[in-house]
Amino acid sequence: MGAPTNIGEIRALIAAHKRWDVIFSVIGMAALMVGVLTFAALFIEMIVNGAERLSWDFFTNFPSRKPEQAGILSAWVGSTLVMIVTALVAVPLGVGAGVYLEEYAPRNWITDLIEINVTNLAGIPSIVYGLLALGLFIYGFGLGQSILTAGLTLALLILPVVIVATREAIRSIPGVIREGAYALGATKWQTTSDHILPYSLPGIMTGVIIGMARAIGETAPVITIGALTFIAFLPPAPVTEAFPFLSFEWIMSPFTVMPIQMFNWTSRPEAAFHHNAAAAGLVLVVMTLSMNALAIYLRYRLRKNIKW
Amino acid sequence: MPEHFVSDRLARRRLRHVKERIIEAILFLAASVSVATTIGIVVILVKESFVFFQTVSIWDFLTDTQWTPLFADAHYGILPLLSGTLVSSMVALLVAIPLGTIIAIYLSEFAPFTVREVSKPFLEMLGGVPTIVYGYFALLFVTPLLQTIFPGLPGFNLLSAGLVMGIMIIPYVSSVSEDAMRAVPMALREGSYAMGATRFQTAIRVVTPAAFSGIAAAYILGISRAVGETMILAVAAGMQPNLTWNPMEPAATITAYIVQVALGDLPHGSIGYQTIFAAGLTLALITLFFNVLGHVLRRRFRQAY
Amino acid sequence: MVSTISSPRPAAASGPSADPGKKSEARELSFYYGSFNALKNISMPIFEKKVTALIGPSGCGKSTFLRCFNRMHDLYPGNRYQGQIMLYPDNTNILGREVDPIEVRMRISMVFQKPNPFPKSIYENVAYGLRVRGERKRAMLDDKVEEALRGAALWDEVKDRMRDLAYNLSGGQQQRLCIARALATDPEILLFDEPTSALDPIATASIEQLITDLKEKVTILIVTHNMQQAARVSDYTAYMYLGELIEFGATDSIFIKPRNKQTEDYITGRFG
Repeated sequence: MGAPTNIGEIRALIAAHKRWDVIFSVIGMAALMVGVLTFAALFIEMIVNGAERLSWDFFTNFPSRKPEQAGILSAWVGSTLVMIVTALVAVPLGVGAGVYLEEYAPRNWITDLIEINVTNLAGIPSIVYGLLALGLFIYGFGLGQSILTAGLTLALLILPVVIVATREAIRSIPGVIREGAYALGATKWQTTSDHILPYSLPGIMTGVIIGMARAIGETAPVITIGALTFIAFLPPAPVTEAFPFLSFEWIMSPFTVMPIQMFNWTSRPEAAFHHNAAAAGLVLVVMTLSMNALAIYLRYRLRKNIKW
Repeated sequence: MPEHFVSDRLARRRLRHVKERIIEAILFLAASVSVATTIGIVVILVKESFVFFQTVSIWDFLTDTQWTPLFADAHYGILPLLSGTLVSSMVALLVAIPLGTIIAIYLSEFAPFTVREVSKPFLEMLGGVPTIVYGYFALLFVTPLLQTIFPGLPGFNLLSAGLVMGIMIIPYVSSVSEDAMRAVPMALREGSYAMGATRFQTAIRVVTPAAFSGIAAAYILGISRAVGETMILAVAAGMQPNLTWNPMEPAATITAYIVQVALGDLPHGSIGYQTIFAAGLTLALITLFFNVLGHVLRRRFRQAY
Repeated sequence: MVSTISSPRPAAASGPSADPGKKSEARELSFYYGSFNALKNISMPIFEKKVTALIGPSGCGKSTFLRCFNRMHDLYPGNRYQGQIMLYPDNTNILGREVDPIEVRMRISMVFQKPNPFPKSIYENVAYGLRVRGERKRAMLDDKVEEALRGAALWDEVKDRMRDLAYNLSGGQQQRLCIARALATDPEILLFDEPTSALDPIATASIEQLITDLKEKVTILIVTHNMQQAARVSDYTAYMYLGELIEFGATDSIFIKPRNKQTEDYITGRFG
């Protein structure tokens, strides 16, 4: 073989190829910047456009025909109430399903069917959930265009997220912990409730927070079930003055939610309402992003803390 | 041993056993909610569509070039809605697929550790912005911006909506692609470097082809997401059904149409009411097709390593 | 630790002219994974067109030493070389900071422990190194690919299915494909990192035969955990232990009459 005779040519070739390393690094960064710039533009635009509307009144006023007086009171109260129902439905169902699939389910076709369904549901467009709710909850069960319907619909929507998060949290628990519990004579449920669930709680919570962040921002299914866009009243309060101090009337009440209010204002031709839309958007984005950030932070802390 | 002591213990055990079985049954019911949901969706969509298709023939549905179900002279052709969905999705994918792939290759093969650690949460947040906010952005920022470049651009158009939708989909494409690339074993990269290849050559000629089925699954996921998107299009592309291949026109997608009807007031059982289920069924079938395809591809890449 | 170098028989008439020419040489080579000193002050010749084997118990640093020759350690952060590896006849220090690792890898090829063919056709696997060097002419590629496959004793088995995916070959065939891939670029040194440890005995035998045939064309440096393989295949053997070179010499003399007690213990199986 001997020493290469055209070392100069080889060096030039390598240099040319290495130039591509640099070029691609730049292109990759640029691609990332597209995302960063878009996000920044979005944020800044909403701040510039909406800052003038942000005030205490904005949060405590009902929507109105006058843009300066229109506020998001009914919207954020509605969102909160819907989220309560969503959480109360999605968490038990999702965690229960996750626990079943990880701890109890035998390897048979029924289990496969359930798992296929969970994966499938994650990929269904959100508006189809709205159609399901329209046909089943409103007209089938007669629940009407209420907070209950919305809560149920969104719970079904985020169910796959909660199930997957639960399963992954449970899966990260080493088998020796389970074996230790069983060896002491614990039953399956005792092991699950005393050990598996508490240890997987942070992971489950991360998934629940991400799911809720998604549910708060969902518009399409809630529009489809007929959440009205101009609501100038609040649902009946859960706490009453007379006995028994707790009322559930609010569950069946008509309502609106934050994303729908923003949609309403965005669709108005009068530019003045666009300021309101921007302000509502800011509130919405801050809410969802802080929830996402919280979940990401929890996940990060989780990875550092638990060393099995 | 006294008899009552023994049977006491046995009785407690049987009670515990019953309790265990009840708990297992409850958990099983929770798990089967997912199956019930799927069945519910299928039943609702098919039931209402069935009634719909007794009035409108499937042939008309698939070939009529007008969608005007609420007019006096009603037409029920899904093509205009399909074209709106198709054109907006294509614009979105023309943004999301190249950018998403480049970002995935960059993060997996080139980026230093800190860049990667910061980018991943950032991209997650980009995907976590509510779509109504993206819709607002498309209508009130992107469209005026594009109008300075294309003066004739109408206020509602598929282009703005498609572009913003593309940016929204980037995180979906890039994270699944990146996972696929990270799963390629280091031994393959070493084999390439040992031949005198540079980082770029290794990334493009060896790693990307090796991760191909995972990357394809990522693209399919992006397509599925684009087809199912509602609010960005409802806000920024208008709700006027329009059979067109030109992104610079307003048009309605299948999803935007459903929103439009839901905003109105259609009596339950009317043909107008049923149209949204026929449209929804079409949408569900399209996304189902892509989801299954993506699932098959993702399983193939997981098996390869 | 002083390393002993024994010259090949006959000992009497030994002098520089009896030693074959050196292709390469390690000079006081040390290597650090972070703060861990993995190789300690190794000096050793690599003779041209001969097979040199590196043996020793697990963790002795033989693979680490091998991977210095083609700067594989540069791929991972935190690694540090000290000392030199000279490449003759142009007197280049492979480990020099001013030397481009890519250039080194174009002159020195490697075959890995587990066959790692690319997800491409058989043809494209072998042609990969040539394409990286900018070779585009179809005729040229065809010739070199055939030559390499013949050199790896694989040509007859694959000549009719060059477009097939490399993954469809058996383990032994894949490894020979990797050897062909390494050969296609006419390397000056061919590095083998335990090339048969993942293969069955029949495939192992064919690879060993291949190595014996190849040394007429290429200098070979092979790491093996199998002493018998070293004895069968190599002209020179180096015994390493805990990052140090304990003994280096002609295979015959090392295996028959090792100078160092540690070497003798390892070879006779009393240790490691």
